[in-house]
Amino acid sequence: MVLEFEKGIHEIEEKIKALKEKDKFPDFDKQLELLESKYHAEIEKVYSELNPWKITQIARHLDRPTFLDYINMIGTDFVEIHGDRNIGDDQAMITGMMKIDEEKFFIIGQQKGKTMEEAKKRNFGMPNPEGYKKALRVMKMADKFNRPILTFINTQGAFPGIEAEERGQGEAIARNLREMAKLRVPVVATVIGEGGSGGALGIGVANMVFMLKYSVYSVISPEGCASILWRDSTKASEAAKALKITADDLLKLGLIDGIIDEPLGAAHRYPEQTAQNLKNKLLETTKELARMSRNKLMDRRIDKFLNMGKFSEKPLK
Amino acid sequence: MFRKKKEKVELVEKKSQGLWRKCEKCEQIIYNQEWEQRYRVCPNCNYHFRLTAMERIQLLIDPMTFEEQDREIYPVDALSFKYLDTTYKEKLKEAQEKTGQNDGIIIGKGNIYEYPIEIGVMDFEFLGGSMGSVVGEKIKKAVFYAIKYKIPLVLVATSGGARMQEGMLSLMQMAKTSAAVAKLEQYKLPFIMILTNPTTGGVSASFAMLGDIIMAEPGALVGFAGPRVIEQTIKQKLPAGFQSSEFQLEHGFVDMIVERKNLKQTLFNILDYLYDW
Ligand SMILES: [Zn+2]
Repeated sequence: MVLEFEKGIHEIEEKIKALKEKDKFPDFDKQLELLESKYHAEIEKVYSELNPWKITQIARHLDRPTFLDYINMIGTDFVEIHGDRNIGDDQAMITGMMKIDEEKFFIIGQQKGKTMEEAKKRNFGMPNPEGYKKALRVMKMADKFNRPILTFINTQGAFPGIEAEERGQGEAIARNLREMAKLRVPVVATVIGEGGSGGALGIGVANMVFMLKYSVYSVISPEGCASILWRDSTKASEAAKALKITADDLLKLGLIDGIIDEPLGAAHRYPEQTAQNLKNKLLETTKELARMSRNKLMDRRIDKFLNMGKFSEKPLK
Repeated sequence: MFRKKKEKVELVEKKSQGLWRKCEKCEQIIYNQEWEQRYRVCPNCNYHFRLTAMERIQLLIDPMTFEEQDREIYPVDALSFKYLDTTYKEKLKEAQEKTGQNDGIIIGKGNIYEYPIEIGVMDFEFLGGSMGSVVGEKIKKAVFYAIKYKIPLVLVATSGGARMQEGMLSLMQMAKTSAAVAKLEQYKLPFIMILTNPTTGGVSASFAMLGDIIMAEPGALVGFAGPRVIEQTIKQKLPAGFQSSEFQLEHGFVDMIVERKNLKQTLFNILDYLYDW
């Protein structure tokens, strides 16, 4: 999959690949060097001209690392935990335990598929109520055994379907919001791709909320917002800008606690470096949070969310 | 202590002009007088017409006992949100003029059959009852007042969802109001939710689904995803009555459906079970 605005980068990538497949010839090293410097210049140019809509497309890129990719890249000894003990085992929400450098964590995240087959199995990363209930069951277990929780957000949103409504999608998310607020262990959430609305927030009530540099987090998809407010879903680019959904914007608004860097060219091009940055941030942050008492972790988390919002004591001018 | 007071509630903001009107739902001609006497419920099809926040308070709270709190919290256009040929700021001003309210909720303290409660009522007339920063902040304040005065909390929801023009600030009101409910739990004070038409989107996935007891008016639309979004996703028509309060009762997500004429009495009876004033 090649994004429209990355076509230039892609062309040079292909040239470099083709060149590397050739046998060495007199000018080889010089040509490669030339292409590589062109490549870096092009990446720098394209990435300096990003806008919120382009970042949304990077965040949704099919080659972007998924939750399972990060588990493989940063963790060891992953043990998956299945099922909500009621309805079933939601494949869009993966839960389990893993170690990062011997530190033990409970982990929860939405899984989008990379292939059509996996995407279907994972319901395109859109959980049903049982996914949120599975997540909550595992979070409560983490609380019981006093282990930190890491969540990885990557969803367009909670699934809008008949069964999802029959089984109480709203109630499941609402319950998670309240119960996550009350957890007495460190909770760190990271938006790794797309943070879509209540379906994302349902695993997002954390002591620290981070976003990867080229991820987005939004109350409604830019397309959805455009079709309602602009009455034209092709105005998604304008909506993406207006909604302030990038990591930079949300940090400025005080709604997230930090940005985890991705190399220019983003995680779909540099998964290992991105994973390393993610790993460092998660270890550093959980270590810091572990110094707080159990009650303080809860109180701080509740207070943080109670203070979110912008309003005034004076009327609009 | 079961009080059966038959009191006559007059909804002050008379909406009746002329002798009769057409029901929005069944399109029958109904007499305004009868419609008003039934607290704006169609005598033919039982359709519960929308009430403004103030009308709802008149319905539930003893006359002359309501004291509004924190009226002076105003919305701001924090994102400088522009769309088509308008701005969020313009839309806010229009809504303020239309409703006489600063934003989409009124909170205050008042009596129900002489016993004090904290109450917050959303208003659909204000930008579709959407939840932005002011709604979230006032719900938080209502929780804090309930804790301060050690009285039960009653919230009445009517909302199309999040206030898009506040972007992520509006999404975070879901976490904020739910965290406020978590705080209230620590004090063991009753929290009763009343769901009215419609209660959807972000509100239905936060505080509105967290009441100790959840009541709903008959025929209200209650659900998370909008019917149109679901139809687009699954590419089929939804069955009749999908996401109605009756549907939610059947699936175990509301405790009871209460006709508007019985709402105050039922609310009082439940509070009496949960709480000793
Ligand atoms: Zn009717």
